[in-house]
Amino acid sequence: MINIEIDGKKLSVEPGEMIIEVADKAGIAIPRFCYHKKLSIAANCRMCLVEVENAPKPLPACATPVGEGMKVYTQSEKTIEAQKSVMEFLLINHPLDCPICDQGGECELQDVAMGYGEGVSRFTEGKRTVKDKDIGPLIATELTRCIHCTRCVRFGEEVAGIQELGAVQRGEHMKIATYIEGSVDSELSGNVIDLCPVGALTSKPFRFSARAWEMQQRPTIAPHDGVGSHLYLHVMGNQVKRVVPREAEAINETWIADRDRYSYESLHHADRVTKPLVKQEGVWKETDWSQALEVVAKQLNIIAKNDGADQIGCLASPSATLEEHYLLQKWLRALGCQNIDHRLRKTDFRVKEQAPQSAALPCEFTDVEYYDRFLLIGSYLRKDIPMLNHRVRKAVMLGAEVSVLNPVDYDFNFDVAHALISDVRLLSTQLAGILKALSANAPLFSTLPDYLRQVSPDPAQQAVADSLKAGEKVMLFLGSLALHHPEAGLLKALAEGIAKETSGELAFLHEGANAVGARLAGAMPHVGAAGSALPTPGLDAAAMTHAPRKAYVLHQIEPEWDCAYSAQTLQALEQAEFVVALNTFQSDTMLDYADVILPAAAFTETSGTYVNLAGHWQSFEGAVVPQGEARPAWKILRVLANLHDVEGFDYTASTEVRDELKQQVEESAAQSHEVAGQTDTSSLKSYSASRDNTQQGLVRLTETPLYRTDAFVRRSPALQQTTDNQRTGVRVSRQVAEQYKLDPAHPVTLQQGDYSVSLPWQVDEALPGNHVWTAGVAGLGAPFGAIELTQGKVS
Amino acid sequence: MAKIDLLSSEVRAEIDKWIAKYPAEKKRSAVVGALTAVQDAHGGSLTPALMEAVAEYLDLPPIAVLEVASFYTLYDLKPVGQHKIYLCTNVSCMLCGSDQIAEHLKERLGIGFGETTADGKFTLKEVECLAACAGAPMMQVDKTYHENLTRERVDDILAEFD
Repeated sequence: MINIEIDGKKLSVEPGEMIIEVADKAGIAIPRFCYHKKLSIAANCRMCLVEVENAPKPLPACATPVGEGMKVYTQSEKTIEAQKSVMEFLLINHPLDCPICDQGGECELQDVAMGYGEGVSRFTEGKRTVKDKDIGPLIATELTRCIHCTRCVRFGEEVAGIQELGAVQRGEHMKIATYIEGSVDSELSGNVIDLCPVGALTSKPFRFSARAWEMQQRPTIAPHDGVGSHLYLHVMGNQVKRVVPREAEAINETWIADRDRYSYESLHHADRVTKPLVKQEGVWKETDWSQALEVVAKQLNIIAKNDGADQIGCLASPSATLEEHYLLQKWLRALGCQNIDHRLRKTDFRVKEQAPQSAALPCEFTDVEYYDRFLLIGSYLRKDIPMLNHRVRKAVMLGAEVSVLNPVDYDFNFDVAHALISDVRLLSTQLAGILKALSANAPLFSTLPDYLRQVSPDPAQQAVADSLKAGEKVMLFLGSLALHHPEAGLLKALAEGIAKETSGELAFLHEGANAVGARLAGAMPHVGAAGSALPTPGLDAAAMTHAPRKAYVLHQIEPEWDCAYSAQTLQALEQAEFVVALNTFQSDTMLDYADVILPAAAFTETSGTYVNLAGHWQSFEGAVVPQGEARPAWKILRVLANLHDVEGFDYTASTEVRDELKQQVEESAAQSHEVAGQTDTSSLKSYSASRDNTQQGLVRLTETPLYRTDAFVRRSPALQQTTDNQRTGVRVSRQVAEQYKLDPAHPVTLQQGDYSVSLPWQVDEALPGNHVWTAGVAGLGAPFGAIELTQGKVS
Repeated sequence: MAKIDLLSSEVRAEIDKWIAKYPAEKKRSAVVGALTAVQDAHGGSLTPALMEAVAEYLDLPPIAVLEVASFYTLYDLKPVGQHKIYLCTNVSCMLCGSDQIAEHLKERLGIGFGETTADGKFTLKEVECLAACAGAPMMQVDKTYHENLTRERVDDILAEFD
């Protein structure tokens, strides 16, 4: 530690720190534009010039390291004079029309100009103007306002991992631009809006719709993935006008993904249900709450009484709150129904999940940065969980090696050391090869089916094994593709085997905002809340589809997009005697299959808790009043349970629900992280039966693109227009296109059993042969099953 | 065809020479040398496709190449004549009469700064200091410096290209 003085205040600081960092920590304000604590130092705006004793000229505080005995003056005449001069230069070309600028009122330049600018400009010449560019649906540009701080450029290079914006030309002509009028496509792109200290980059959907001082800022938690980024909602009247990050170093640092930033647009979508709806003899009628709830209670009672409570099935979104998951299962289990699941896209349930764990990651998000070897199994981490991907990327920058095993050669924003791009049917063979390369006699092999026992490692698998073995801290990620894979149980057992041999740890990249919470709350058919044992297990999500129930309770899901067997699920729902949907939105499909639609409040309108992948219970309050007659889902469930005379539903606040579960979790064994080797390996041999060993014929590969994950993002117009969201329709490998002589001008027909759809198609060079890629297409069969492809020429 | 195929083996060899001068992970440092080699091999100017080829070859985002290519006056992003004349009009040259030289050049060639003669022979460019102040006023024609310019000197130099 060394001693310095700022404005006479004695400080003991780390050597190597910059003056501005030290001053920030000590609460001493120094104006700045280009400096940002999360970005590299550019020192190009010169606004932070300060007087330092014995230095001949004022020095930039952001780029001047502290030294023993240094004396800094941030308020001296020399400092103020320097800063005023810089301000005058910056304002030469900046328009002085704050009242018509979207940034007005929350502008760093405006703020600093209030302190350091002159009332009247001495500059009477013409100002520089720059043509605005269209850089995509999320960010509006007004480049005449740009002061060339280059924060946005550095963000792309250093954080997003893809430089899309740059400073082209020089001097007077310098401007921020994309390459040849391209769009900015990073999944983190919206952060440049927050970084921009002026009104050059602003939010396209938001701009000019409210002023900073008209809005109130309310905290919440992001509802789309397992990170649970901390957000601020900016609310005017009862409307969420925009979403910005809330700093949380351990969760999302100072960033958020575009999905979390722009999904608020869906809150005012025309599909919002604002009144309870009941179908009477095929006609939908708006009704009041008491009537609608009575219909639901009565219908479920009739079915439970006549056919048994196991004729009720409940499918809940993994992004519903902890409280909702807990109340759903508490209510239905009291009726005698165990058919509850939130693992909607999972297809293999043969290996039962053990007692639920308190987290899906073995460590905090920040700790991920300090692992030195990763194996990503079936994951497009960059698009699935952008803020977790950011941690892995930071680890790579510190020297970590990442290996991936995927059916598609995904475009990661870090260097991939070893990429195994494999037929999706052979993921388990690949993992077995890696395991064998690590240890030919690993105990796991004796439990595996023959086709995996006999594997001999190829050089690529050997390279991955060598990479993992050379690591000190190894982490394996089972991504959504692996968790939803028809051999998910095998993949998990093999990943555990590899983890064991490399002293590594396993992380589960479950979908949704509350997958860990749903498990703890007991929203699974085979374990109750807090891992409690059940007398008889119920049906899992797939079984509820394959063995249709007479009644369904759907909670915040749209089966055509959210369920693995979408077409079959819809069929089951249509045939059911009674379907109640608790949902924020309605759709034509829902009006077809449902009998009652109960308007549930959106994520901004209810209180609740999400448990993120790292195991943090993150509670939030409702920020706005629910639209129309929509009500928080936990209250709806409370009343339904009351109508069924279930005891213990006298909650007056959602926090009571949370605390009740919390106590159970603390008392139970569901405390430890899932560790390698916990899988019950007794059933692994049975996988032989379902194995297609020929790998002949076409196989379907299903992905849930990042802007299709849930009902909210699917209804967010700006996100739907992004380049990322154009990854849609049907994609086939070049081999398939040539083999089937596909005509690009016509759609292809895909068929799986009784289900078929016709869609436009394109070639995807990143796909292996024999693969037909679909983006969670409704109306088909098994997401990773055999598929037939035909192209009838339109005459 | 991948953009990278636009680069001939000679150009690649030249770029590799530049890459070899820097640490393996700092390929980016070779971008100035690479752009110069590519521009020289393609009629004195760069096209988007050529910049993308360089980006691909050096494993850089295209915008990073454009930043460099648009920064230096030595690179041209529009088609140019056979010969490029860079006239310095910075302080030293200006004090020693570069204004007259500029006027003379414009008159002789019938073009202004940033323009190319109708026969496609010359492109005239106004540039900042080329570090030859001792011989001001000066200009660079292609790769050659010409100092202590007078109208007559300029005529002689241009005559060499007839």
